[in-house]
Amino acid sequence: MEKIYTRTKTIQEDKVSGFCPGCMHSTVIKLIGEVIEEMGMVDKTAAVLGIGCCGLHMDYMAYDNTTAPHGRACAVATGMKRANPNTLVYTYQGDGDLASIGLAETMSAANRGENISVIFINNGIYGMTGGQMAPTTLIGMKASTAPKGRIAEEHGYPMHMCEILNQLTAPAYLVRTSCNTPANVNKTKEAIRKAFQNQLDGKGFSMVEIVTGCPTNWGMDALASLDYIEEKMLPEFPLGVIRDR
Amino acid sequence: METNLCVAGFGGQGVMTMGKFLADATCNSTDKKVTFFPSYGAEQRGGTANCFVVISDDDIGAPLGDVMDDLVVMNGPSLAKFLPTLKEGGTLFINSSIVSDDIARKDVKVVKAPVTELALEMGSAKVLNVIMLGVYVGYTEVIDPAVVWETIEHKLSSKPKLLPLNKQAFEKGLELGKSQR
Amino acid sequence: MARVFMKGTEAVAEAAVRAGCRFFAGYPITPQNEVPEYFARRMPEVDGVFVQGESEVASINMVYGAASMGVRSMTSSSSPGISLKSEGISYCAAARIPMVYANFARGGPGVGSIQPAQQDYFQATKASGNGGFQMMVFAPSTVQEAVDMTYRAFDYADRDRNPVLILADGVIGTMMEPVELPEMKSDEEIAAMKAAKGSWACVGHELDYAHRSWIQPGQWSTARMQEVNEEADALYRSWEKDAQAEEYMVGDAEVIIASYGISARIAKSAVNVLRAQGVKAGLIRAVTVNPFPYKAFDRINYDKCKAILDVEMSIPAQFVEDVKVGVKERCPIKTCLCSGGNIMSREAVLAAVKKIMEG
Repeated sequence: MEKIYTRTKTIQEDKVSGFCPGCMHSTVIKLIGEVIEEMGMVDKTAAVLGIGCCGLHMDYMAYDNTTAPHGRACAVATGMKRANPNTLVYTYQGDGDLASIGLAETMSAANRGENISVIFINNGIYGMTGGQMAPTTLIGMKASTAPKGRIAEEHGYPMHMCEILNQLTAPAYLVRTSCNTPANVNKTKEAIRKAFQNQLDGKGFSMVEIVTGCPTNWGMDALASLDYIEEKMLPEFPLGVIRDR
Repeated sequence: METNLCVAGFGGQGVMTMGKFLADATCNSTDKKVTFFPSYGAEQRGGTANCFVVISDDDIGAPLGDVMDDLVVMNGPSLAKFLPTLKEGGTLFINSSIVSDDIARKDVKVVKAPVTELALEMGSAKVLNVIMLGVYVGYTEVIDPAVVWETIEHKLSSKPKLLPLNKQAFEKGLELGKSQR
Repeated sequence: MARVFMKGTEAVAEAAVRAGCRFFAGYPITPQNEVPEYFARRMPEVDGVFVQGESEVASINMVYGAASMGVRSMTSSSSPGISLKSEGISYCAAARIPMVYANFARGGPGVGSIQPAQQDYFQATKASGNGGFQMMVFAPSTVQEAVDMTYRAFDYADRDRNPVLILADGVIGTMMEPVELPEMKSDEEIAAMKAAKGSWACVGHELDYAHRSWIQPGQWSTARMQEVNEEADALYRSWEKDAQAEEYMVGDAEVIIASYGISARIAKSAVNVLRAQGVKAGLIRAVTVNPFPYKAFDRINYDKCKAILDVEMSIPAQFVEDVKVGVKERCPIKTCLCSGGNIMSREAVLAAVKKIMEG
C-alpha cells in the first residue's frame, strides 16, 4: 500500500501527545513542524516556548527549543534573533503569557519590529493552572477566578491583540485564524508559513493569533468546544488578515 | 603625599569639568594615583554641583575625604556647605565675583579670583572654570601647568575654535594663581 | 600599557567588549546609566548588539536569549533593577546559561536612594532569585579591579556555564580612575568561543532528538530536577579553590578589619593611617564574596588579635554574617556601618579601631 501521509519528523516518532482531548495545541504544533520541514529549516530553527500548556511539547519536539519565563518569550526571542540572525526564531505563547503578564514584552518587540514570528494561542482561558480568567476571556464566560463569569464592570473586556498591535507602525503581519474546521486549519498553516517566510525575508514582526478551544477548562466535550468557538469566540475574535505588508 | 580637593558651585559653572581636567591631566602625565568622584543627585540641571579629586603618591582610600586640603568654591551656598570640611591651614580658592562674604575662618589661606568677571571680559562666561583651574594649578603647582593645558587641548580637539579663548583663560588663571603665592 | 582615565561604569563596559561580549541589553537606572549608553555607542563599532530593553525584566531575558545562542552577553543595573532581573537570573542559572551582569548598588530597600551602598549583599551571595542557585560574585574595590574582574568573569561564566555577578556600588560606578585596559579579543577568538558552545547553543541542529539543543530552565521529572540541582551543587562546591582575599598587614595585627568592595578600600587607607600612628591594624578584604574566602580567617593569629571590625555600607549588617562563619567565635566581632547612600568615612573606621584598642 502506498503511504500518503506521515507525521512530521519534527515530532518524535515514539512520543504521544499529552494534550487533553480536543485541545488544538497538538494541531498547531504539527502545522508548525510541517511548515519548518517544508521550508527546509529544521536544522536552523529555535522555538521559544511560553509558560503553561504551550511548553508541554518541549519533550517531544525534535528541534532546538528553549523556555522563556512567563510572558518573556518575545524578549528572549529578541535576544536570540539579534545574537544569531541566521536562526529562524519563533515564540509559542498562550493568552495569559502573551497578553497579560507579557504584554509589555509583546508590545515592545512588535514596536521595535523585531524580526521574529509569534504564534499566539488564544483560547480565552488559563489552561495548565486550571481555568483562571485570561485577558481574552469572553464576557459572561466562567473562569475559576470569575465564578460568575467575566463581568465587564469588574474585569474589563476581552483584549484583541491583533487589533492592539495594529496601532503600531512596525509590525509586518498580523493575522487571526482558527483550527475549528479543516479549512481553517489549512489557513492557519499558510499563515504560519507566511510569518516564517517574512522572517526569512527580513520583514520584521509577524504574529499569527490562533483562536482555539480548551474543552477541559471550558467544561465541555471536544465537539461542543468547536461549536463554542464558532458561536462565541469567533464573533468576538473575527478571523482574517489585520495587517500585511 | 596626598591632596584632597573639593570643587563646588552651581550646576552649569563647569565644576565637574574643572575637576575632570585636573584629574585626567594627572593620570596622563604622572605615575601618581588619582581619583575623580562626582557627587550626584536626581536633578539634571540647577542646584549645587560638586566633585572630589584626590591626587596621591600612594593608593587612594576614599575618593572623597572627610577633610579637604583644598577647596574651590564658585558660589555662596557652596561656601557655607563646604568651608567646614577644609582642614586647618588648608587653602580656599574663591570666585570673588559671586562670593563677597567675609570668610569666617581665619585658620585657612584664601586665594581670591574674580573668575566670573574675568570670563565675561574675555567674552564667554563659560570659561570661568578654566580660569579657576589655572588659578589652582598656578597656586598649588600640584602638577605641571603644561600638562594640564595639553589635556584641555586634547579634550577640546573636536572644537578647535574654542582653543584660543581657553588658552587665554587658563593662562590668565595661572598668572593670578602664581601672583598670590 | 598606557593608563587611561575612565569612569567605572564605562570601564566595565569596555572591559566586557574586550572580553568578547557582543550582546548587551539594559534599562536606565541611576547610578549605572553610562553602561547602556557606552554600549549603545560601542557595540556598532565591533559588530555587537545593543538593545535598550523595555524594562529590566525584558533586558535580562534578552540576555538569556542571546547567551543561549552562545554569544558572550551582559546586562547591568542597580539595586531595585537587579531585583527585577532576579527572575531571568534564576532562569539562566537553572538552564546553566553563561552570562555576566553587574550591580552598581545603591541605597535601599525599595527605591532607596541613588547614592552608593552595599545593601544587596545577601541578595548577591545567598538568594539572587528563587530556587537556591549560586553564582560566583566578584566585589571590586577599584576601577582597575572592576575592569579585570569583568574581563575574567566571562571566562568563569563559560567555564561553569553559569551566571557571574560583578557586585560593585555607586562609588565604583561613578568615580574615575586611571586604568590599564586588557587586550581586545580578536574576531577569531570570539568566533571560536561561540563555536565551542555550538553543541548546546539554541542555534538550530540537525534533526536528532538526542542531540538537539534543549535549553531547560526546569524539568518535568522531579528525579531529573534533583539530579540537575545535585550537579549544580557540585559545581558550587568546586569554587572553594576560586575564593580570593586580600590579606593586608594581618600577621601581627591586634585589630583586623573585615570588609569588601568600596568599604575595604577606605578601610585599607585607615589601616595605613593607624600603622603610621603605631596601631597594629590589618585588613582582610573579600575579593570574591561568593565563594567567600573563609580560610583567610583561619590564618589570623588569634593570640594577638583582640577583635575583628566588620566595615560595610549596610545597616543592618550583612557581610558580617559570613565573617562570623569565618571567625568561628575565636574573637569578638564589632561593626562599623553606614547605610542608605552614605559613604563609609575613614574617620569613622579610625574611631572604631581606636575604641577597640582602648576597650
